[in-house]
This record gives sequence, structure tokens and C-alpha cells, in this order.
Amino acid sequence: MADFLLELRSEEIPARMQKGARAELEKLFRREMDAAGVAVGELTVWSTPRRLALIARGLPTETQAVHEEAKGPPEGAPDQAVDGFCRKNGVTRDQLEVRDVKGRATYFAVIERPGQAVADLLANAITNIIRDFSWPKSMRWGDASISTESLKWVRPLSGIVALLDGEVVPCVMDGLASGRETIGHRFHSSSSVEVANADDYAAKLRDAYVIVDHKEREALVRDRAKAAAEAAGFKLVEDEGLVVENAGLTEWPVPLLGRFEDDFLDVPPETIQLTARVNQKYFVCEDADGKLANAFICTANIEAADPAVVVDGNRKVLAARLADARFFWELDQKKTLAEHAKGLERITFHEKLGTVADKVDRVAKLARWLCEEGIVKGDPDLAEQAARLCKADLVTEMVGEFPELQGLMGGYYAAKEGLPVEVSDAIRDHYKPVGQGDDVPTAPVTVAVSLADKLDTLVGFFLSGEQPTGSKDPFALRRAVLAVIRLMSKNDLRFSMQSALSEAMIPLVSQHTTVDDYATHFLIYARDFTWSEKAVMEAEDIADNIAAKGQMGYTRTNWYLGQAALPGFFADRLKVQQREAGVRHDLIDAVFALGGEDDLVRLLARVKALQAFVETENGTNLLAGYKRAANILKKEEWVSKELSYSPKAAEKVLMDALDQAGPKASAAIESEQFEQAMAALASLRAPIDDFFENVTVNDPDQDKRSVRLDLLARFRDAVHQVADFSRIEG
Amino acid sequence: MAQRMESEVKSAVNESPAATRDPTKSFQDMILTLHDFWSAAGCVILQPYDMRMGAGTFHTATTLRALGPEPWNAAFVQPCRRPTDGRYGENPNRLQHYYQYQVILKPSPSDIQELYLESLRQIGIDPLKHDIRFVEDDWESPTLGAWGLGWEVWCDGMEVTQFTYFQQMGGFDCKPVAGELTYGLERLAMYIQGVDSVYDLAFNSHGVSYGDVFLENEKQMSKWNFEVADTDALFELFNKAEAECRNALSADVPIAAYEQAVEASHLFNLLQARGVISVQERASYMGRVRDLARSSCEKYAEKMAPEWAEKYPEWSLV
Repeated sequence: MADFLLELRSEEIPARMQKGARAELEKLFRREMDAAGVAVGELTVWSTPRRLALIARGLPTETQAVHEEAKGPPEGAPDQAVDGFCRKNGVTRDQLEVRDVKGRATYFAVIERPGQAVADLLANAITNIIRDFSWPKSMRWGDASISTESLKWVRPLSGIVALLDGEVVPCVMDGLASGRETIGHRFHSSSSVEVANADDYAAKLRDAYVIVDHKEREALVRDRAKAAAEAAGFKLVEDEGLVVENAGLTEWPVPLLGRFEDDFLDVPPETIQLTARVNQKYFVCEDADGKLANAFICTANIEAADPAVVVDGNRKVLAARLADARFFWELDQKKTLAEHAKGLERITFHEKLGTVADKVDRVAKLARWLCEEGIVKGDPDLAEQAARLCKADLVTEMVGEFPELQGLMGGYYAAKEGLPVEVSDAIRDHYKPVGQGDDVPTAPVTVAVSLADKLDTLVGFFLSGEQPTGSKDPFALRRAVLAVIRLMSKNDLRFSMQSALSEAMIPLVSQHTTVDDYATHFLIYARDFTWSEKAVMEAEDIADNIAAKGQMGYTRTNWYLGQAALPGFFADRLKVQQREAGVRHDLIDAVFALGGEDDLVRLLARVKALQAFVETENGTNLLAGYKRAANILKKEEWVSKELSYSPKAAEKVLMDALDQAGPKASAAIESEQFEQAMAALASLRAPIDDFFENVTVNDPDQDKRSVRLDLLARFRDAVHQVADFSRIEG
Repeated sequence: MAQRMESEVKSAVNESPAATRDPTKSFQDMILTLHDFWSAAGCVILQPYDMRMGAGTFHTATTLRALGPEPWNAAFVQPCRRPTDGRYGENPNRLQHYYQYQVILKPSPSDIQELYLESLRQIGIDPLKHDIRFVEDDWESPTLGAWGLGWEVWCDGMEVTQFTYFQQMGGFDCKPVAGELTYGLERLAMYIQGVDSVYDLAFNSHGVSYGDVFLENEKQMSKWNFEVADTDALFELFNKAEAECRNALSADVPIAAYEQAVEASHLFNLLQARGVISVQERASYMGRVRDLARSSCEKYAEKMAPEWAEKYPEWSLV
């Protein structure tokens, strides 16, 4: 058994690529060893900015000899076939054996593969790994780059250490020969470092001021940054991304704390934190009250002769950055947000959707409508005001510099201007909820603006024919739908999605440069559009017809198609979101399929009650009864008949039960008592079972047959008041 | 006064000039030290290109020489014009005219990083006292059809140099690859001299400051860039430069064409500073400049290709 060490040195590897590079190195090493038939156990993979290292312990020194036999063509086969067989198995014709297979003389190739030295296999593997290594971006360099075929690496590759049980595994890559010599820290180590074997590698490097284990460097950065903050009486604002990045930028990390001038703290703390983190990769600290402190922590790559010199240099750079931030902060406040908002007329939102100012106008109208309709219990004036200002910070200097601060800066500027707190909060939070874990706004004015913004985005892109396809969702429309669903659920917002989407279409369509009869026609159509599959198909037909006849341009065709596609898109997202919450998608389908239900809050309540019901014994049996009834109805044709005979007991019981349950269910649904609606359905379970048990539907008497089919149809319709049970699985 | 000058000149002449230099106390000594260093490393020391340009990369010694197989090592100072960065001499860090120090080494030598670090030591930056880091920063110039991978070099958190391995220029693969170093001279000097305003830099060791040399220039040029320049004339000049570039291209003198592309690029920057190019127009003007620059580079490479291929049989343009 032998231990193998591989080190690939290069000029500084970008910090963000090191994690992927470690995984790639492990993957390729395993692939190569697998192909060579060498069993590999645990691997250790390390990275620093200047090297990737891999240690494989317990490799065999030789592979097992292999004996293989392959059956070939019969003896008399054409030469071509025999030669092909020889080529495939790497043998010559005279090496073939002839054996009898069921009375036929047949060629056999007997292949003996002797055991191979693992060192030889490794030498081959190393060159393959380097050649096949995939980097997010790679480059050529040096004399060899006169050809574009020359070796590519993330930055120039400068050295290879390859040792198997302390012996150099000799290989040459692009003029670079493997050896046992590596280099230490760029500044703290001047001579080369000789490595004896995999065991002393890390220790030898440590002596040369290189901590090769990235996890150890990460821990160092994490712990010492924390300690430095505490020593100064602060608390570190933890940031694991910065920990990893700084560990990826250093071979000998030394976190150092510095202070900046107090008066920079006048600017919003988020700005300081962002400048420090993004531009300088510094940590920041908080004081005992949780307020940002005037301290930063940089991570040097040296044991500086005088750390104060390094800290002071970093302080100056940060001060210049903060001075810029303060300059932006003050400059931006020289104009009101309303004045800034005029600048939005110059920014294109999307070529088919006009400028950001156009979007803001639509959002403002919709936010007002949401409040006026009572959908959101916010003040319509405040909602409109907030909406009109919500994107104004996009043209401020600060957001120009730090796009991540959009919303937040607008909120600050609004507060500074003395606008109502509802307005400044709404400006600040209207992008929320952004991701899965993000807070969902609850302040009514914020909810109105946030909802309006997302509905406008959805309607806008769908009507422009920019719907997501497959994995492509460049405008994050899936996320927008999820945000809408979460806003509605969290705030229990009750409204018809279709009417809200239609409302969102009004300003969009009327902003369209070719407003004309078609636009009016479309709006009337959109208002009458209901959420059923039939309606969706109709809309698609209309769009197809328009396109086929060339009556309208591309834009108007898209209006219909987009309109038709939206409900399905909502339903799909809803299913994805609810599946994660443990709700069955077939049940959502079953409720959706009824059509007309586009109050998502109600829909979900209904689905929830349905799920509880179908998982009971009554529910399962009713579902079975329903499916049986539906199957019969599907096959049969009949004309409705009045009852003209004396019904059987089971028939009568079902009739009576339906007389009771039908109105009960519909009343319960009307008053959104979905459990009661389910209970009404449950009361049909015994009667329908008995009916099927005791009554023949296909009675030779046509009258009886018709009446009984009618009865089954009534049963089906009663069930359909609650959900389309044909969509339910099981 | 005159006498004193004379005696100083005499004493300076008597000693070796290099021995009296102090790159940590004089801007020009820092430049001279870099010249000495890169000269000894085998570079051609060039003087600045005599045209207004936005970055040292526009110098033909960088762009055009990055094309083709011939070895090329050069170093030079290039004044850079960034009209929109003008601050009327009121901002301690921002200037509409400043200097870059460019080094171009083709093919990129294997010890290029060590050479660069040694040049820092020469001008007084000791990497055991100051934290020097190579932080990922790739470079792309759509205008020149060029890109490369490399780093910004940090000194105690401050970006002091852009370090790039050119991979493509003028839309052609660089064969071989050149290494490009761009030092921000004023920043470096401010750091080495320990001053907070560029205008406080000692330009030489005889009491002349950077402000003495450039402050008035910054005031007047900022005013001209932002307020005075005749925009109709600039538009006209832009069109003329474009036309002349085409003229030179059709006459198969791509170096002359390239100069006109550089001129058009600067005129565009001036128009930007005057705020007369709308957002919509901006993309179109940038496209026109890009087209000129790329066509010139392409034409140059195509014109030179037969000669290059003859000298370097293993080389081909594409």
C-alpha cells in the first residue's frame, strides 16, 4: 500500500474558483484511477491561491493481472470481420485460438493483462487530469502560446509535485517536469521546499508559511477575526462568504482590525458594510447595542513587520471609499425622490414594456386600485405615492454604485425627506419577498406596492411573449409568482386573480403605442376571461386565428397568448410551492379544474379541506364511487326522464341523500365552510355504495335506465361542487 | 538662486544620477526607477504616444504589438485622458489627466510576477512590510475586441496595478500571449510618499509638487471638457475621424486608421462629458468606435500576417 501526493502549482487562482477546482481534481483523479483499475479510498483535497493538492492514501503499488477471453467470429468468417475482432481486442491474428462452440470452430482472443505499476498509471493520469481539467475561465501563456493548441489553465501552471510513497512519479506536461520541490509563501519563504512524502507535505509547507488546508485557513480567519473584534470591545458581523473568500486569497491569513473615522457612520450602515465587503473584502463590527461600529477587519497574507502600517494603508483605502459613499449620500439628497423619479423616463425597463417611468405609472395605478377595492387595507393615496417613488432610487448615485441597495436607499431618502413612514417603508420593502427565506411584507401600503409591482411584471412579460421556457426565466417570473402567492397567503388577501390581472393589463395596453380598437376589444375580452381550461383553449384559438389570418401584428397575438398562459403558470407555481408544503398537486388540479376559482386563498383552503377528506375512509370510498359513476356516464348516452316508476330503496335513499347533500354542499362552499362541504359529500358515501350494490343502472327498461343515469349525473355534479374528482389520483 | 541651482546641478552631475534618486520622495524618480528597472529587464523604453487616449492600452506598442508572433518587450508612461473624471482640481484622487505606466512583455515570461514584484521593491514597496495580493480581475475591451485574464494587484488593500495576460486582440487570438502591467502612477506615488492628495505629491526632489505642475491644468481642462467644448465641432470632428479612418483603411495603411479610431474614441469621451449623447445614442456611438478600432486592428494583422508567417512558420493568424 502506498500514499500518493499530487500538487499542481500555479499563479494566483481566483478565490471563487477554488472550491470547484477541488471537486474537479477529485473527480478527475477518481475517473483516471477507475479507468486504470486502481481502487481509491478516501481522498484529501486542499487548495490555496497558488496550489491544488491531492493526497490518496493506501493505493496499491501494482494492479492485478487480468485474464480475459473474448469470443469472436467463426473460423470461416470474412477477413474483414476477423481483422476487426483482432483490432478491437488488441491481438494479432496468429494469437487467436480456435475453439469448438456447439460444433462450430470459433475464434477466441485470450488477453492477458499483466499487473501494472501504479506509478506508471499515475504518471499517465496526471497528464490526463491537467489536460482535461475544466475551469470556469482558462487561458494560455508563455512561449508555447504561439499555438492556440497550447495547454490551458486558470492562470499559468508553474509546477507539479507527484510522489508515490516518497518516490517521484515522473511525468512531463507542457515542458513542466514533476518533482519533489515546491515553493513556500511568496514573501516569507525564499528557497524551494523539498517534500519527502505525503505525510510531511503539510508540515513542510507550514514551516514555509503556507497553510495548505483551506479549512484550517478558514477557521483561522473566522476565529481570529472574531477575537480581534472582541479584543476591541466589538462583536464581529459574521459573514461566511467573506471567510471563504479571504481564505482563498491568502496562504497565511492574518486578520487585522482597524478603525475608521467616526463621522462616516452618518451614512446608512448597509452602505458601509457593502463597501467594506464588496470592494475591500473586509469584515465589519457591531457595538454592544448592535449598531455598526467604526471598525473593520482586513485579512493580510503576511506577518507584517509592523501590522500598523498594513492597517493604516487599508484604512486609507476604506476612507476613500467611504468618502465616495458619503459624497453620493449627500449628493442624492439634494434632489427629492420625486425629482429623481423623472430620471426614470430615460431608463428602458424592457424594449416592449417601455421605460421604468412607464412601469412606475402602471404600478401606481394598480396599487391604488388594490387599496380602493379593499383587497389591501391600505390608504390608496399613500399606496400610489409610494409606488410613484419606489423606483426613484435606481437613478441615484448610491444605487448606481451599489445596485444591491435598491429599495433600501429609496427608503432612507424618503425618510430623510420626511415622507410618511408608510411610504418610506413601502419603498424600502417593495421588492420583498425576494427569495425563499425572505420576509413577506405585512404593512398594507407595502403589500399593495409589492403586489402591484409583481403583477405588472408578470402581466407585462406574458403579454409581450416573454414567458419563461424550460429552465430559462431571464425576468425571474417564477419568483414573481411565488412572491404573489406568498403575499396573498401571508396577508390573507382575498380577490379574484383574474380581475387583478385584467386590471393590471389596462394601463399596459393603453400605454401601448398602437392603442386602437383592438386594444379596447382585448380589454373587454380580458375582463370576461375566466380561469377555466376551456377559456384558456378559447384564448389560444383566438390567438392562433389572429396569427393565421394575419389580422393583427405579433404584439396583439402575444396579448391573447400571454393572457391565456398566465393562469396555467400561476397554477403550476402554486403546485410547486404547495408540494413543498406537503399539499398534493392532484388536489390542486381537482379544484382548479372547476374553473372560476381564482381566489387563491380560498382555493388553498378548499384544497386543504379536500386533502383532509380524501385521506379518510369515507373520502377514499366516495372517490371510488365517483370514479365508477363517472366511468359509466362517460360511456352511456341517454335522454333525461322524469321518475315514472317506484324506485328501489337504495335508489330512493340516494335521491334523498342528494336532495340533502347537494344544497348543503353548495351552501357550505358559498360560506367557505369547506369542512362542512366535505361532510355533506361524506353523507353520500353509504348511499352511493348501496346504490351500486343493489341497483342495476343498465336496466332493460329505458325509462329506468335514464332515471338512474340522471341520478348518477346528479351525484357527479354534487361532488363537482367541491372538486373535479376525476383529477384525483388513487 | 541661479547660483544655487548651478551648484546643485554640478553635484548631481558629479554623482551617478541613479544614486541620488529617491523613488519614495519624488514622482519623477519613481518613474525613472521603473524605466531603469524595465530597461535592464530588456524592454524598449518608449515615450508616450502623442495623441489623446483613455488608457495606456490604446498605445500601438500595446494593441498592435500584441498581435503577431514577434517577441516584443516595451515600457512607457502614457498620459490618460478621462474627461468625465475631471473634478476641477477639487477631488484629491480624481483627475481628467493622469499617468499610467505600461509594460508589455510578449511572450509572457515565466517569471513575470517576480519581475513585477521586484519593480515594486525598487520603488520602495517592501512586500514584508506591505500586504501585496493578486486579486482576480479579468479585463475586457469590446472597443478593441480584446480580453485577457489576470488580477488587480493590491497593496494594503489599494489597487496599484492591473495585471493581464492578453488572450485576444482585435478579435484575433494572441499567439503568443503577452503579459501587460499597468501601474497607476499617481496612486502608487501617493501611497509611497504618504500623501492624501495627488496635488501634494512631490514631483521632483527640488520642491516642485504635482499641484504646481497640474492643478491649473485640471481646473481649465475640467471646465473645457464639461462646459466649453464646442459640441457641434466635436460631432463634426468625430465624423471626420471616422471618415478618415475608413479612408486610411481603404488605402491599406491600418496604423494611420488606428490613430483615427483612437481620435474618435477620445472625441466620443468628450461628447459624453458634455452630456450631449443620450442613452440611446450612446450604444450607437460606442458601436461606431468599436467598429473603427476593430477594423484597424484586423487590417493591421491581416496586412502583417504574410511577413509574420514567413518568419515564424509555426504561426498562423487564425
